[in-house]
Amino acid sequence: MAQILAASPTCQMKLTKPSPIASSKLWSSVMLKQKKQNSSKLRSFKVMALQSDNSTINRVESLLNLDTKPFTDRIIAEYIWIGGSGIDLRSKSRTLEKPVEDPSELPKWNYDGSSTGQAPGEDSEVILYPQAIFRDPFRGGGNILVICDTYTPAGEPIPTNKRARAAEIFSNKKVNEEIPWFGIEQEYTLLQPNVNWPLGWPVGAYPGPQGPYYCGVGAEKSWGRDISDAHYKACLYAGINISGTNGEVMPGQWEFQVGPSVGIEAGDHVWCARYLLERITEQAGVVLTLDPKPIEGDWNGAGCHTNYSTKSMREEGGFDVIKKAILNLSLRHMEHISAYGEGNERRLTGKHETASIDQFSWGVANRGCSIRVGRDTEKKGKGYLEDRRPASNMDPYIVTSLLAETTLLWEPTLEAEALAAQKLSLKV
Amino acid sequence: MSLLSDLVNLNLSDTTKQIIAEYIWIGGSGMDIRSKARTLPGPVTDPSKLPKWNYDGSSTGQAAGDDSEVILYPQAIFRDPFRRGNNILVMCDAYTPAGNPIPTNKRHNAAKIFSNSKVASEEPWYGIEQEYTLMQKGVNWPIGWPVGGFPGPQGPYYCGVGADKAIGRDIVDAHYKACLYAGISISGVNGEVMPGQWEFQVGPVEGISAGDQVWIARFLLERITEISGVNVSFDPKPVPGDWNGAGAHCNYSTKTMRNTEGLAVIKKAIEKLQVKHKQHIAAYGEGNERRLTGKHETADINTFSWGVANRGASVRVGRDTEKEGKGYFEDRRPASNMDPYVVTSMIAETTILG
Repeated sequence: MAQILAASPTCQMKLTKPSPIASSKLWSSVMLKQKKQNSSKLRSFKVMALQSDNSTINRVESLLNLDTKPFTDRIIAEYIWIGGSGIDLRSKSRTLEKPVEDPSELPKWNYDGSSTGQAPGEDSEVILYPQAIFRDPFRGGGNILVICDTYTPAGEPIPTNKRARAAEIFSNKKVNEEIPWFGIEQEYTLLQPNVNWPLGWPVGAYPGPQGPYYCGVGAEKSWGRDISDAHYKACLYAGINISGTNGEVMPGQWEFQVGPSVGIEAGDHVWCARYLLERITEQAGVVLTLDPKPIEGDWNGAGCHTNYSTKSMREEGGFDVIKKAILNLSLRHMEHISAYGEGNERRLTGKHETASIDQFSWGVANRGCSIRVGRDTEKKGKGYLEDRRPASNMDPYIVTSLLAETTLLWEPTLEAEALAAQKLSLKV
Repeated sequence: MSLLSDLVNLNLSDTTKQIIAEYIWIGGSGMDIRSKARTLPGPVTDPSKLPKWNYDGSSTGQAAGDDSEVILYPQAIFRDPFRRGNNILVMCDAYTPAGNPIPTNKRHNAAKIFSNSKVASEEPWYGIEQEYTLMQKGVNWPIGWPVGGFPGPQGPYYCGVGADKAIGRDIVDAHYKACLYAGISISGVNGEVMPGQWEFQVGPVEGISAGDQVWIARFLLERITEISGVNVSFDPKPVPGDWNGAGAHCNYSTKTMRNTEGLAVIKKAIEKLQVKHKQHIAAYGEGNERRLTGKHETADINTFSWGVANRGASVRVGRDTEKEGKGYFEDRRPASNMDPYVVTSMIAETTILG
């Protein structure tokens, strides 16, 4: 299945608009498969995974694509977890004696927490609990990816484990009955390696201003599509609930959406999708960043808008339920903001399709608000809401469970509610 | 170009019963792997059915020019992931024409220890964690590192993912499948703390097979890096300074350690290792003193220590073992360039026969 990552030669990006600083070497970085006769042109751009002098025969590729099924029942399981910074993904693999259907059949494992900032050296074991299984698009066959969360040997979730608390919230009866759906729009920026500057941008300078790039097509407008497209298929293969992709407003920036997913699945699917994206960019020799404002100035930031609905919101009279939810959210604005990603204050300025970070606002079809309600929802009187505040580096376990908690488990005082309703002109 | 590729991948089983056997042995330095291939009339699965062979020992520092033949005794068979079909890899050890093991043959003595009835009845299991560093060809600097400079400090690389954190994954993944295909009990892989450094684990394997499998896994790794145009280094401290070294931690257990009350047996075994610390260290790999400094998750080379879940000790016992009262322990002292025949048999000898 690694073949899906091999781009055809037509996908090679070439800069057609002449620029004093850029050269055609820059665009080679988006080639996922080395053209065998052009390997010398690529040499300055390390495709870090593999570079062969004797490029006439690439035998490593045949090993990577080897189907081991005829020779052994054993499969490879890649255990994936979140490291000490809360946003760094880590993984290592192990052999299992035979294929596995359910996470409960997978053995717990452990890793060196002192190497990820999650444990001291003299008591370094952190335990991995398998939580979700996906198919491995890189190894193919019956091999799998396993999303895990992390615990002390005594069985307590370690401080950076945000999934445990989210799972508790989602198993609460009130939350569970409402069948909360999430659709998460993950934006991300691709950077050239070593220079920390976006893919496609001339090093030391800027491209033309924003305008032509959103959903754009063409060599001057769309940079890095191979990564977005390879990622789309990899996610579908893996079993991730990916619902779409698009090029974003800032050049070199892209978005994919995962959903609708129910409850804790949303977090698992988004983290696995992020892992696949880092693996693919690793192979392409491009750096992935989830920073919410990678370039200062008149350039869009990167967010992770979270679309949300409950059973009552999706049924007749749902719009009123949505308004009540918005009211609750308005009263917990600061709690949510502080959990919505580091560095978000550089992004939520009130400009570039964001709302200012200290002000809560909502509106129909309004992209400059904290919460946006679609025209369809307004027209049908039922649907969902979009929380536009989360940054691209948010933790989906935290954001999804906090939305459920604030709208389903938390109640404001009557006075606070009345005041807020007035302020937001919400008749609840 | 495509013709060469077609020829290398030709499936011979349609046209002939003949197979190709690659005989593999260890050369004069104790760390260089050598091999050459021969045709056999038909498929073979039992090493005792394979013919003995010989090679020019004067070209590997293992014999004099005027009496250069060294005899190869086939010891273990694995499937060949490069030639596929019924073709095989054969792990051999080296003897004089008179039938005596040559000085660099460490397998012979190890096999004797493992066939000792006391050792054999304990069914010793080994899990070996082989670390290694991938180096750019020509400049002897790790892959992904800027030549003449250094990457960002250690932290993000252990089990990392992403182009700025994991370098060389294709080699590692190709090696994983190649080992599974060959029939090696490879149990896992992971990216290591220093960028460009990786680890694979072989085990649990019993007795003399542990050494055979680790050597074949090393052979496969060298073949794959050869194709990729990268060098593999088994040096225990490839870059001096605040960068991790490379080890070959050896996990070990016997039948009595794996049964109830095993923890007491483990503690006794560790005490025996403590007494023989210097002898073990001398056999655990050249240059290990540059690696075992007491920093970078190692214990100091002159001091023997042990602890539960302690990665700064000579011997580490896992929390699971402590909790269940039985299991295994990890000898963290061996360097990445250790000889697995020597290390596995020495641990068995010290703890069972000592």
